[in-house]
Amino acid sequence: MIQCKTSKEISGMGHSMKRKEDDRFIHGKGNYTDDVKLPGTLYMDIVRSPYAYAKIKNIDSSEALKIPGVLAVITGKDLEQYNLHWMPTLMSDTQMVLPVDTVMYQAQEVAAIIATEKYIARDAREAVRVEYEVMKPVVDPFKALDADAPILRTDKPDKKDNHIWHWEVGQKEETEKIFQEAEVTVKEQMHIPRIHVASIETCGCVASYDKVDNHLTMYMTTQAPHAIRTVFALVAGHVGLTEEKIRVISPDIGGGFGGKVPVYPGYVIAIAASFLIGKPVKWIEDRSENLQADSFARDYHITAELAGTKDGKILATRMKVLADHGYTDASANPSKFPTGMFSIGTGSYDYPNAFMEADAVYTNKPPGGVAYRCSFRVTEAVHAIERITDRFALEIGKDPAALRFQNFIKKEQFPYHSPTGWEYDSGDYEAGLKLAMKGIDYDNLRIEQAEKRKKGELMGIGLSTFTEIVGAGPSKDFDILGIKMFDSAEIRVHPTGKAIARFGTKSQGQGHETTYAQIIAEELGIPAKDIQIEEGDTDTAPYGLGTYASRSTPTAGAAAVMAARKLRDKAKKIAAYLLEVSEDDLEWEPGKFSVKGAPEKSKTIQEIVFASYTNHPQGMEAGFEATHYYDPPNLTFPSGAYICVVDIDPDTFEIKVRRFVAIDDAGHIINPMIAQGQVHGGLTQGIAPAMYEELIYDDDGNILNGTLMDYLVPTAVESPSWETGHTVTPSPHHPIGAKGIGESPTVGAPPAIANAIVDALKPYGITHLDIPITPYKIFKALKEKGVLDKNIVES
Amino acid sequence: MKKEITLKINGEEFTKEVEPRTLLVHFIREDIGMTGTHIGCDTSSCGACTILIDGKSAKSCTILAVQAAGKEITTVEGIATTEGVHPIQEGFKENHGLHCGFCTPGMMLRAIELLEKNPDPTEEEIRWGISGNLCRCTGYNNIVKSIIYAGAKLRGDELPSTEPVFVE
Ligand code: FES
Ligand code: FES
Repeated sequence: MIQCKTSKEISGMGHSMKRKEDDRFIHGKGNYTDDVKLPGTLYMDIVRSPYAYAKIKNIDSSEALKIPGVLAVITGKDLEQYNLHWMPTLMSDTQMVLPVDTVMYQAQEVAAIIATEKYIARDAREAVRVEYEVMKPVVDPFKALDADAPILRTDKPDKKDNHIWHWEVGQKEETEKIFQEAEVTVKEQMHIPRIHVASIETCGCVASYDKVDNHLTMYMTTQAPHAIRTVFALVAGHVGLTEEKIRVISPDIGGGFGGKVPVYPGYVIAIAASFLIGKPVKWIEDRSENLQADSFARDYHITAELAGTKDGKILATRMKVLADHGYTDASANPSKFPTGMFSIGTGSYDYPNAFMEADAVYTNKPPGGVAYRCSFRVTEAVHAIERITDRFALEIGKDPAALRFQNFIKKEQFPYHSPTGWEYDSGDYEAGLKLAMKGIDYDNLRIEQAEKRKKGELMGIGLSTFTEIVGAGPSKDFDILGIKMFDSAEIRVHPTGKAIARFGTKSQGQGHETTYAQIIAEELGIPAKDIQIEEGDTDTAPYGLGTYASRSTPTAGAAAVMAARKLRDKAKKIAAYLLEVSEDDLEWEPGKFSVKGAPEKSKTIQEIVFASYTNHPQGMEAGFEATHYYDPPNLTFPSGAYICVVDIDPDTFEIKVRRFVAIDDAGHIINPMIAQGQVHGGLTQGIAPAMYEELIYDDDGNILNGTLMDYLVPTAVESPSWETGHTVTPSPHHPIGAKGIGESPTVGAPPAIANAIVDALKPYGITHLDIPITPYKIFKALKEKGVLDKNIVES
Repeated sequence: MKKEITLKINGEEFTKEVEPRTLLVHFIREDIGMTGTHIGCDTSSCGACTILIDGKSAKSCTILAVQAAGKEITTVEGIATTEGVHPIQEGFKENHGLHCGFCTPGMMLRAIELLEKNPDPTEEEIRWGISGNLCRCTGYNNIVKSIIYAGAKLRGDELPSTEPVFVE
């Protein structure tokens, strides 16, 4: 049970307050980017490359330009005149806005049409003739470094191969030694598939440039409006569009999940078009364009190894990653972390030593590597450690739960220093796993499984006990393009005691309009319903780095607390003045200050606020406003214990997730209903790559499933009925002990499911299957093991 | 060549000239200006554009505006009554059946038809019933709960609790 300090009327932390933003959504009054209508708007459509790697010989726009209503066909050569044909990525690599001579992946932007109507723009798109000279692409990342592989980034004069960067962390020599001497070592090669966020709203913008004022208003689907404004100013400052002349507005967002962090070429082309023509230009991509061209996530090939003793003590892990970044490194990681937080890969276990390394390569695939509902590559690391932990349990014949209990970092070991350099803030991993085992009735499931195995039935139980690392981040290590990863809150309380608060973050469905109001309500005692929350307008909100990587609560949420506490200090001074007592004689309960020992002498927060405008102490600043920029002292380390039961049909190998229990520890919870909703959603996004989703390319770099007809986003039928719960281990350094919840389920679910499926197949000698695990993969694996009925024919 | 069509949307009659190739969803969003009906795909897969045509749910990205001539259309803007929100709207708000809200209009309209045909559906029936509508945010648990709640409200039964249930 979660204890609340405030009344339901105030609805501070711990109340399952219904969401304030829902009224507009259930009435169809959400205002998403495609709903923005400005007078005189022009429409943009994009010609895309059918080839993965080709030289552009010629672009013939003449037929397209003959279509009435077509104003322009913009090519890379046009942008080159303004030096706008390339732009920086968030990882300080470079990305084409439009190509001048070479296309690097299938579906890359080649030219943009500007027309008076959407349908006319599409007609013109079909009428543009592009001549290509097709080249043999590099598709397989393992071949990208071959001596005979073509060098893809010929635009970089010094580039002599397709290698982007090397990264490593940990104790290389010690780890090697342990592996040489260990009683038991296990090793698996795994692929964390290339997937897509596939938010139901695609990306788009309305770029509106006013020639007279030299001012750009950019409505766009972005999770980080302030950072994007700065990036635009860096890209376009040289043509006179400096930062004070740019206003980025991120209206309602139909799901982001990291896919709306990067700057896509379409945004920049729309700005360029609006700048040149002087009218608003709207660009909304299709779903297929979204899946085929916008940033992918994951795509890590990992060799994971574990060394331990015969009785189950783990001693060291070693991981080697090959990262396929497509043709440019357009990840969205903090600058100093090319592999993001992959070094969280020692997980919840007390590893004396670890060594991890990664190499990234260019291929002819779309760029990306976004943090898809994951704090920068944590999903990849967690999958590797949770799978290899199970592999080790299998090797030594120990129950995977018992093995985890044996090796967990103990509660008393926090703050815990991991061998890869992190200081975990707090955790109680045993409590989480115990609750999950009780919730799913683990012991009886194992008994049932033993019975079923005797009958040849395929039932599996899978665990994942992971540690997340979120809330980037402390300014000493964390920045994006040099901008430190603090975040901000500004609270203004009006004379009548109602408030507005603005933030540098941007909700995409997380419910900030409710949860931020609850945080302020908790601190100031002003009812949450009386606090309006605003985000996403760079002209009005304080600067912040945006919402992704579960950072909103750890950073902006903390900023709200600190700003509110400044106001409470001021309120105390005013109360003392009004009640004619000293501040020391006052005590606070949510919503009012009263005199110690004389509770009838009190002032409500509303009375105090009113006085701050009407009767404030002389010498004190009038008004009731505060701003705070919060620079977190450390990251936060949420954790979870997930257990999943699967049944596999012995004839069709259809996999059914019978039950899934998820216990999360995100510290103090602001709104249990919303936190639970986040977990549900993340779990479905976890089952997706575990069983259904992967972007597949053929040898020529053609995407084979670039539409929602063949890229399998789970429906309500594939998605099981999730069972969730929590343990509460507050973060000691966060002002309200919160850790962030949104991403744990996406991170923790895939290995639980994979472990369950592999567990079901354990009697047949299968030790690992790459996700997504499909019936066909099971069929093939069993066939390879020679355990299939001879009359089952491969179809 | 444009063609004149007359149709009713949320009880109001509209007569407009449209190109025969105009998709109904574009007609509703661009020509009529009601933007509550959304577009989430180009392959009739997501259901964000779901509306009711003569009471039957349909994906409005899969129908031409001219095919809807003479029909009565209901969009999300038309489901609340003067007395207040529709039970399905109440269900979604009370049960946290939405996060970003992008799939919500389509989901609710689909659910209205589902409950009309099957006033007391099982969880399994609801899941299959909304399987033409994708939601990327909620994981569907609370959408199912919202529809169960709306069903109870429409039948006049006792309303189920809206409190979140946790493994304790
Ligand atoms: S927009 Fe996706 S089904 Fe209509
Ligand atoms: S609530 Fe976002 S897609 Fe359903």
